[in-house]
Amino acid sequence: MIDAMLTTCARAAHGARMDRGRIGLAAAMVMATSVGGCINVKAPDKPIVIELNVNIKQEVIYRLAEDAGNTIENNPDIF
Amino acid sequence: MPMTDRTRKPIRLALAAGALSLALGSLAAPAFAQRDPAYEAARQSGQVGEKTDGYLGVVGGASPGLRKMVDDINIKRRALYAEKAQAAGATLQEYAFTAGCLAVARTAPGEKYQAPDGSWQTRTSAPPVRNPKCP
Repeated sequence: MIDAMLTTCARAAHGARMDRGRIGLAAAMVMATSVGGCINVKAPDKPIVIELNVNIKQEVIYRLAEDAGNTIENNPDIF
Repeated sequence: MPMTDRTRKPIRLALAAGALSLALGSLAAPAFAQRDPAYEAARQSGQVGEKTDGYLGVVGGASPGLRKMVDDINIKRRALYAEKAQAAGATLQEYAFTAGCLAVARTAPGEKYQAPDGSWQTRTSAPPVRNPKCP
């Protein structure tokens, strides 16, 4: 899609010899894609937050729960 | 002097009794190892509490003695977590966090525990505030 747009943009840029219909289409494409030269990259308006605790997955916790419970039961002096 | 049946039998009995008492002793040992009285008292008085990361924390100011006791317990916990995590194919952090979830859940009313926001809470008869990921 972007390739196609770029091609169209390039044609529009060099389109001095295009016929009327094609000029209309090219003009529409240029209108649609003219802001920022066909490619728009918009910066996020919110800061990117990296949640550090996410790396512990719930499925891992559930898998370990029984084992950890036994460990606590068997070591009452330090729990 | 050749061994007769009379001398052999008591020896066998003594050996069997010895083996039995050894086996019983090793089985019963973990059950007898309860909390140190100083540790139990610190828990009950709310000087120490269970943290969300699976380790014991000091609530408020700590005397050097209390700090040492908590550090000693945490070193033992960490060694245990590391061993068990490796056996279970998990990371130390994952295992410790899971144990922390359970340790917080097992606190008795009056004892301190750390809520997910990091604040110290006193356990009531109601369930403790825990991380939603806790089992």
